[in-house]
Amino acid sequence: MKWLFIGAMALVTYLIRALPLTILQGKIKNKWLRSFLYYVPYACLSAMTFPAIFFATQSVWSAVAGVAIALLLAFFNRSLITVAAGACLTVLVVEQLMPLF
Amino acid sequence: MAGYFAVSFSFGILAMQGGLSVIQAALTSLTNMTSSGQFAGLQIIAAGGTLIELILTQVIINMRYSLMSLALSPKLDKKIKLWQRLLIAFANTDEIFAVAMSRERSLTFPYMAGLQILPIFGWTAGTAIGAIAGNLLPTALTAALGIALYGMFIAVVVPVARRSRPVLLSALIAIAISCVLYVLKVSAGISIIVSTVAASALMAFLRPIEGGVDE
Repeated sequence: MKWLFIGAMALVTYLIRALPLTILQGKIKNKWLRSFLYYVPYACLSAMTFPAIFFATQSVWSAVAGVAIALLLAFFNRSLITVAAGACLTVLVVEQLMPLF
Repeated sequence: MAGYFAVSFSFGILAMQGGLSVIQAALTSLTNMTSSGQFAGLQIIAAGGTLIELILTQVIINMRYSLMSLALSPKLDKKIKLWQRLLIAFANTDEIFAVAMSRERSLTFPYMAGLQILPIFGWTAGTAIGAIAGNLLPTALTAALGIALYGMFIAVVVPVARRSRPVLLSALIAIAISCVLYVLKVSAGISIIVSTVAASALMAFLRPIEGGVDE
């Protein structure tokens, strides 16, 4: 079943990329559609991150701390790796400290 | 290369937590070459979603690639054959598209192949190593690493949202819808589709972008 799902994902993703590069040519003229596609990555990444990120760790509180640090680092334009590492480290530290409370 | 490796490493860990084997995780990366699409697919597989849900999600999330392929198409060298186009399409990722479009001259097949081969290797190897490491590392560490990919998503959205009010709004609308659907116990795939489409459609209506994606 998982193999079928992985295969379907690969096929759909490939067709989306390959068809315009081979069969269809020319630009999409519709302004609304172009704008729509411009917003898709940001809306999609945001929707995938929230609220799921709060349940990605062992405790909601460590996740909240991780989110706060990630938002702060990202706001100051740190690299992908720095933001991710900062979030991970925060989660790790908070989860080690939590039993003390 | 380092970026590809790090992102795919955390995808490998999440894939392992989501119940995929090392081979399944690596094969997913090798055949998909897209972080957000794979990640959404993984959420659906882990949650036991349906095939229809999976396919719909992939179409919506990866739709931007069709626009990138459209934009890339006229830049490809005239001598490039159909089978070569079919190979180039395979790994037309966000990053490779960005690099390819920034090149002044027309793009030859050797150039595109050279651009794509290392990321394909790094992406697949990183996933495999992440999935293996996920099985070996202590739970405290993998739990902490589970937040890594989300952290990277935040790192992609926030700097753009800081500059662009419409992007910030589209992100906030998507998050609001996603949270409401979560409370209503709507499945992960449907929730991602509805949140993405609704937020993007609304913002495209309210704040159309000049030039669109291939700027």
